[in-house]
Amino acid sequence: MLARTLPRFGSRRSLHIFERNFMVYRSQWLMLVSGFFEPLFYLLSIGIGLNHLVGNLHFDGRVVSYATFVAPGMLATSAMNGAVIDSIFNTFFRLKISHAYDAVLSTPLDVIDVALGEVWWALARATAYAASFIVCMVALGDSGSVWVVLCWPAAILTSLTFSCVGLAACTYIRSWQDFDLVALAQLPLFLFSATFFPISLYPAWLGAIVSFSPLYQSAALLRGVALGQFEWIMIMRVAYLLALALVALALATRRFRRILVP
Amino acid sequence: MSSTLDVPLGWARWRRSWWYHATYYAQTWRGSVASTVLFPIFYLASLGVGVGHLVSAHTGLVQGQTYLHFIAPSLLATTTMQLGEGESLWPVLAAVKWIRSYHAAAATPLEPEDILTGKLAWVVTRAFATGIVYTIVIGSFGALQSWWALTLPFLGALITLAFSAPLVAFAARSQSDGPFTAIYRFAFVPMFLFSATFYPVSAYPGYLRPFVQFVPLYHGVALARAAAFGEGSWGAVTLHLLFLVAMAVAGIAWGRRTMRHRLVD
Amino acid sequence: MIGPILEARELVKRFGELEAVKGVSFTIERGESFGFLGPNGAGKTSTMRMISAVSRPSSGSLTILGLDPSTHGPEIRGRIGVVPQEDTLELELSVRQNLEMFGRYFDLPHAILRERASELLEFAQLSERANDKVDDLSGGMKRRLTIARALINRPELLILDEPTTGLDPQARHLLWERLYRLKREGVTQIITTHYMDEAEQLCDRLVVMDHGSIVAEGPPRELIARHSTREVVELRFGTDSHEELHDRLAPFAQRIEVLPDRILLYVDEGDDTLREIHEVGIVPMSALVRRSSLEDVFLRLTGRTLVD
Repeated sequence: MLARTLPRFGSRRSLHIFERNFMVYRSQWLMLVSGFFEPLFYLLSIGIGLNHLVGNLHFDGRVVSYATFVAPGMLATSAMNGAVIDSIFNTFFRLKISHAYDAVLSTPLDVIDVALGEVWWALARATAYAASFIVCMVALGDSGSVWVVLCWPAAILTSLTFSCVGLAACTYIRSWQDFDLVALAQLPLFLFSATFFPISLYPAWLGAIVSFSPLYQSAALLRGVALGQFEWIMIMRVAYLLALALVALALATRRFRRILVP
Repeated sequence: MSSTLDVPLGWARWRRSWWYHATYYAQTWRGSVASTVLFPIFYLASLGVGVGHLVSAHTGLVQGQTYLHFIAPSLLATTTMQLGEGESLWPVLAAVKWIRSYHAAAATPLEPEDILTGKLAWVVTRAFATGIVYTIVIGSFGALQSWWALTLPFLGALITLAFSAPLVAFAARSQSDGPFTAIYRFAFVPMFLFSATFYPVSAYPGYLRPFVQFVPLYHGVALARAAAFGEGSWGAVTLHLLFLVAMAVAGIAWGRRTMRHRLVD
Repeated sequence: MIGPILEARELVKRFGELEAVKGVSFTIERGESFGFLGPNGAGKTSTMRMISAVSRPSSGSLTILGLDPSTHGPEIRGRIGVVPQEDTLELELSVRQNLEMFGRYFDLPHAILRERASELLEFAQLSERANDKVDDLSGGMKRRLTIARALINRPELLILDEPTTGLDPQARHLLWERLYRLKREGVTQIITTHYMDEAEQLCDRLVVMDHGSIVAEGPPRELIARHSTREVVELRFGTDSHEELHDRLAPFAQRIEVLPDRILLYVDEGDDTLREIHEVGIVPMSALVRRSSLEDVFLRLTGRTLVD
């Protein structure tokens, strides 16, 4: 399945799905623009309040302000949330409610083109959002080093992973009520992936469990990059996120085929 | 028809609308019950215990409370606000535009006002139940220090109503859900973050503090804290209460007009 | 191209335990209008999805435009047009955007699409609504737009699944007229329907499907001649004692069908038969003499009525 999915990653046909989404969302530009503000509000809120309450942290042998510590975690979370909204919520609507894909499949486009097109779209949005987030980080003084620019590709990788996972998860959703379950998975990831405090605060066994969280891997990667602390383990983190993305994409394509072309 | 039936009909009518919403919810309660119980536990464990650990190391107590206790009551306020928001925008637009279930209801003896009352009564019912769960969770984290805490479920219901009523009114006159996302991102996310929810008002620069008074959720957070800790002056509490009641009353009055306009006129 | 435009041999479609299509064979020639007639659940839509190169047959062989859909799916779909049962239009986009966006899926350049969209808007009588949101169109307009959309790639073969279900009579006739026009232009059409008048109007040749199998095949008039009499007398009595009436009426007809609300007598000269039964003192509440239709063929072949 992977072998059949991968060569199409750049296929022109999958780009037409991207084109379609662009056309549909053009009329909803306010929604797209408003997405830029949400992370800004979070950063501001933390910068104003929690930063003073928590003060500086000793993290990996360096002293950093709390806002600097949290910002990369927020970037990872925002990448996850954006990907989940795009690939679970919106794709579910098109897959099972509006049946927009049914019409698409009567054209030369294939199921794989549809799945990849959605990933392309999610990535394009993520690229723009991540860039604006990083600009905000720098503007608010929450960037740990000039290496913060490398957070950009790392955030895009995070979006890729969660888009693929979301796309696969989306095919298991039966009705709107199941979105409660999505939230039930998303919130603990957000709260416990060492986004708000260092993983060293956990007892060792709990820390080991947390390290399986893709959001933790992403947050740790982004934090390391932002602070300019490069370690070998970051290659492992990238590999973990990439592997998860590919497995999820293969699963998503298989599930899409089963739903759309029974 | 005998006239004896006419007297209680007002109550009987909106009760049917309440029952409709309750029955609808009964099909779908499982996921939301799990989240009602688990969400506060997750939040308090992560922010209260985790971040609280960092705060106590640096700042110590926040307004005489540990950080965990300090944020616990505001969680009830933010959650009941979000409940009022989530139940009011998309579901109401669906009922007046996409599924048109309110149009179906308006074709029965129910008046538009009855549908509105039933809807709001149902949302308040849910808020009250959520308030009880949250009060228990907050209590089990040791954050309740006064008998006034028993009023927390009622305060939760009031907060929900204060947000739900104007939002239902707005949704009932909307043609599309386009503005909803903007309302969510530009009103509710900032309110969630900037209502002295996660840190005291004193953290804001002096010139910003008076403006916090105009943020509706701030009053809910202040009330919840006052009830949980048994603190705060009568004057301040009355002011907070009046603010929320005024929102609810104005929202209901507006909703009665938009609902009638949408369903009957 | 030489040979038929579509050829199916022993097509089977299974969904788990359920066998929706049980080995159907048919051949469709270029330029022909070919119909699938049958009630809901007869396997028509499953067949449609296979012959539009979307879903794969569980077994059997299928050749579309001389190509094998399991290996040449995108190529085949690029040369056919499909009008699905549900409209599946993009509600957020305008009428014109719907056409142009759909054309992009066929890799057609923007300049050509603008031109074709204008032509098709004219064809579907939607030019005035070009910039309106699809959400605001009436049911008939949406259906015409869906058909126009299926024509954006100038298909050699047009597949229409229940094209007029849910439309009012006026909208139906307008659609039929548009489909005639396409036929004159040489577009091969495959139409499913459960309306016998539609099948008689539109199809040169058709198959009758029931329970996933083909039960008859031929041109409409020939099917009627083969499976029914020239005329039908419909009698209503306003009573439930149809059993007793059946025995009394049977001698007057070549075949008799007792339905819940009426009795059908299959005869060659309806007026004569009506006079004869009056003479023996059988007086129905109402009586109607009409020509045999595909409905009667279907009743004969399956023992059931098409609609309801």
